[in-house]
Amino acid sequence: MTNSSLGALVLSIGTAVAAGLVGCFAVMRRMTLASDAMSHVALPGIGVALALHVSPVLGGLAALVLGTLLVWRLEHKTRVPTEAIIGVLFSAGLAVGSMLTSGEALIDALFGAPRALGRWENVLGLAAAVLVIAFVLRAKSRLVLALISPDMARTAGIAVPRLNLLYLLAFALTVALGLRYLGVLLMGSLIIIPAATARHLARNLNAMLLIAVSVAVASTLVGLFAGPLLHLETGPLTIAAAAGAFFASLAMGREE
Amino acid sequence: MPHALEVERLSVRFGRTPVFRDLTFTVAAGESLAIIGPSGSGKTVLLRALIGAVSSEGMIRWAPGTRIGYVPQKLDIERDLPLSGIDFLRAKAQVSKAAPAAVSRALALVSLTPDVAAMPIGTLSGGQFQRLLVAFALMGSPTVLLFDEPTAGIDEPGEEGLYAAIRRVQQTADLTLLLISHELSLVYRYATNVLCLGRRGICYGPPVEILTPERLQEVYGTPMKFHLHDE
Repeated sequence: MTNSSLGALVLSIGTAVAAGLVGCFAVMRRMTLASDAMSHVALPGIGVALALHVSPVLGGLAALVLGTLLVWRLEHKTRVPTEAIIGVLFSAGLAVGSMLTSGEALIDALFGAPRALGRWENVLGLAAAVLVIAFVLRAKSRLVLALISPDMARTAGIAVPRLNLLYLLAFALTVALGLRYLGVLLMGSLIIIPAATARHLARNLNAMLLIAVSVAVASTLVGLFAGPLLHLETGPLTIAAAAGAFFASLAMGREE
Repeated sequence: MPHALEVERLSVRFGRTPVFRDLTFTVAAGESLAIIGPSGSGKTVLLRALIGAVSSEGMIRWAPGTRIGYVPQKLDIERDLPLSGIDFLRAKAQVSKAAPAAVSRALALVSLTPDVAAMPIGTLSGGQFQRLLVAFALMGSPTVLLFDEPTAGIDEPGEEGLYAAIRRVQQTADLTLLLISHELSLVYRYATNVLCLGRRGICYGPPVEILTPERLQEVYGTPMKFHLHDE
C-alpha cells in the first residue's frame, strides 16, 4: 500500500467514525429525514467550484456551511418548522446544483468517486475528522440534555442555540468529509443508517455510540476493499453494507 | 430575609394575546411559593419566563449566585430512545461539574434503585420518570427548585413520598421552591405563600388567606373543594 492510499484509508476511517458519532445525535434529535436532505445542499457548491476550477469538496463545504447558518437562523427567527425549512432549502439545492453540474461530474458529485488525494487534502481532511470527533465526545453530555429538554438544559447553564449551531456545523463538516468517496446523495446515509442501527440495538448512550461507529467503519471498509474485488463502486457498496447491518439489527432487536 | 427572586410588572404575550400582565411578587430565600390557577392561566409560561425560555417584559431578578433545578411539566420521550436514567444524570453531573457520586446520592433521595436507573428512560413508568426528573433537578447544588407539577402521573402514596423527599432536601439545604400544583391539599400543607393566576386577575398571600372557598371560586371560576390529609 502506498503512502497516499494509506492516507486515504485513514481519512475514510476517520470520516466513518465522525459520521457514526454525529449520526447518533441526529437520529435521537429526530432529524433522520432532514439530515439526509441536508447533504444535498452541497451540490450547488460543487457545481460552482467545478466551474471555477477549485476543489469541489471546498465548494461543497462552503455551500453546506451557508445552508446550515441559514437553517439555524430561520429556525430561531421564524415559526416555520425546521423540517419544512430544510425540505424546501435542500430540495432547491439539489435542483440548482443539477443545473450547474452536468454529465460525469454530476454523477461523481452525487455518488462519489474515490481518487488519490494530495498530501494537504489528506491532512486537512483528517484534521476536520478529528475536530468533529472531539466536538461530539466533548459535547456529549450537553447534547444529551439539550435533546431531552432544552429548558432543563438551559437551567443547567447550557447555551442551547449555540450548541445547536455547533452541532449543525459538525454535521455539515462530516457531510463534506464524505463527499469525495460517497457523494452528495449517499453521505447522509452513512451518517444516519449506522446510528439508526445502533438506536435499535443499544440500551444506553455509550453502547449506541460504539455500535454506530463500528457499523460505519465496517461498512466503509467493506466498500473500500470489497468494491474493487467485486467490480462495484465504493460508495453504493458502503451504503448497501450499512443497510444490511440495519436490517440484521431489526432481526436481532434489543431485549425489552 | 434576603430575596431569592424579585419579579416586577412581568408580562408575557404570544403574538397579540397577553398570557398574563403586570405580575409583581417576591420570593424570600428558603420560602415555598405555590403557583395555582386553572388550565391556560399561564402558570407554565410564568416558570418558563423565569428561566428565560420565553421572552417577557418587566423585571426578573434572581439573587446573585442562583442555581436553578427545574422540572418541566411534561416531556415527550420516545420509548426506544437508547438513553438510560444513568446517562441522563451523568450528563447533568458533568455539565454542572458535580462529583460522580452525586448521581447515586440523587437517586437515593428520590428512592430510585440503580436497576431502574439503568433502564432506557422511555421505558420507565410515569412515576419513575418524574422521580428521575426530580433527581436531575436536585443535582449540581441548586439554590432554587422550579417544579411544574412534579407529581403528575404518580399515584397518591407515591406523590406524598416524593413531596416528603423534596421537602427533606429543601429543609436540609435551605432551598427556595417555586411549585405549580393542582394538589391544593399539598399546597395548603407545604407552601409558605400562594400565587394564583386566575380568571379575574391575580392574588398572592399565605395559604390560609388564599385557599378559602370564595377565593378559589374567584380564581377557578367554579366552586373548588379540597380535603386536608390527616397529619
